[in-house]
Amino acid sequence: MLAHDDQSSSQSSQSPLKRTPLHGLHLGCGGKMVPFAGYEMPVQFATGVLKEHLHTRAATGLFDVSHMGQIALLPKSGKVEDAALALERLVPQDILALPPGRQRYAQFSDETGGILDDLMVANFGTHLLLVVNASCKAADEAHLREGLRGTCDVQPLAERALIALQGPKAESVLASLCADVPAMRFMDAGPRRVDGIDCFVSRSGYTGEDGFEISIPAEHAERLAKTLLANSEVLPIGLGARDSLRLEAGLCLYGHDIDTTTTPVEGALEWSIQKSRRRGGVRAGGFPGADKIVAQLEQGAPRRRIGLRPEGRAPVREGALLFADQTSAEQIGAVTSGGFGPTLNAPVAMGYLPSSHAAPGGTVFAELRGQRLPVRVSPMPFVPNTYKR
Amino acid sequence: MTTLFTADHEWLRIDGDVATIGVTDYAQSQLGDVVFVELPKVGRSLKKAEAAAVVESVKAASDVYAPISGEVVEVNDALSSEPALVNSDAGGKAWFFKMKIFDTSELDGLMDEAAYQKHTA
Repeated sequence: MLAHDDQSSSQSSQSPLKRTPLHGLHLGCGGKMVPFAGYEMPVQFATGVLKEHLHTRAATGLFDVSHMGQIALLPKSGKVEDAALALERLVPQDILALPPGRQRYAQFSDETGGILDDLMVANFGTHLLLVVNASCKAADEAHLREGLRGTCDVQPLAERALIALQGPKAESVLASLCADVPAMRFMDAGPRRVDGIDCFVSRSGYTGEDGFEISIPAEHAERLAKTLLANSEVLPIGLGARDSLRLEAGLCLYGHDIDTTTTPVEGALEWSIQKSRRRGGVRAGGFPGADKIVAQLEQGAPRRRIGLRPEGRAPVREGALLFADQTSAEQIGAVTSGGFGPTLNAPVAMGYLPSSHAAPGGTVFAELRGQRLPVRVSPMPFVPNTYKR
Repeated sequence: MTTLFTADHEWLRIDGDVATIGVTDYAQSQLGDVVFVELPKVGRSLKKAEAAAVVESVKAASDVYAPISGEVVEVNDALSSEPALVNSDAGGKAWFFKMKIFDTSELDGLMDEAAYQKHTA
């Protein structure tokens, strides 16, 4: 037998793999380590992907996301508004109106309207804190230095770990170490003391569940992770379940569901672009690819990212071609992420279709091992999110 | 009955001119939680090393190859409704398919249990 579709282990790497501050803990927990975005990361633990997924939805999962890039933007003027305005030159989002203590989802756009990366931006009052994808962080840093030259110091926070605690019990688990967290709502972010350590905590994550992301100095990370794991509600969760959880939540994965060939509108991310940056807004346009993105916001895009529910039980995975019917020769789209959704106990996928075929309820056909299987165009998320708004 | 193994982690139980084929316990431990199995059609002629079945975990799809040439005479429909059998009883209830052996000399290249244990050690 030969696994031929394991995305997490398919990346080859010439340079030695980097390790996160929780590497030793992963090995101790029986983590099966694979190369991912230049890091050696656990794809699963002894529990297995299926149970790790279900445990996160039922109780709490602990994820090491320390491979992601944490970058501080420090305004040279000392005013965070200047950093916000400068960052708005690189993203289609309204950053100036993001209040202190709040976080927002954003994308770096390019001149063609494509997406260089997607990211989180938090206003820390004196500066902005960005969290970017591991595979893009070097390029993002260079892009920020170039784009924000003269206005901000771009400071990567390499000596920090990032721990995500996700699931319905995450609040009570973390509240035992940080009394402030029950008062936080979805996308609140800022400095908090956790178990006596100065951390940055946000109420966010990438599983569709309520939960928190905790940025902590590297030297304290293992101790905090062990303390959290000592709670019987918490299990360590690998990249495998992280992927199936975000897929069920309808959340896109950079490099698969969105990239430089897709605009935020094609990627069905227009909800993340505020009125102020659209035509007629107070700071309309002014970001790379604005002409195309602003026009698509009004007229729609020729194609869209859509949810797909294959009929039957066979997973339809990334790369599968989509057709309008059983026989036509012309491909109309492709699957960009797909697999099995343990919570739905059914296969789920997302991909791109022409706008003419993108309405939920329609049926298209995915090519799988020489056969065409019917797949239903479905609204996302597939599993309702449980954010505490 | 003799049980033989392939380097690709499949087992064959030989009963006269019929071989029952499945994947080994080692294979299921590497695959993780199996969520879907696709089996060949009864009557299909398979050449040795041809992709015969597909086994899918949450994360990945893997091919199961025909370890020898033959005709599929029976498939284990229980795997369609209960793919997790592959995890719980890979060497028993989770057999994949039975094939009529075309050429018994193809069995000569396969491993016995002791050789397979060494192969996975």
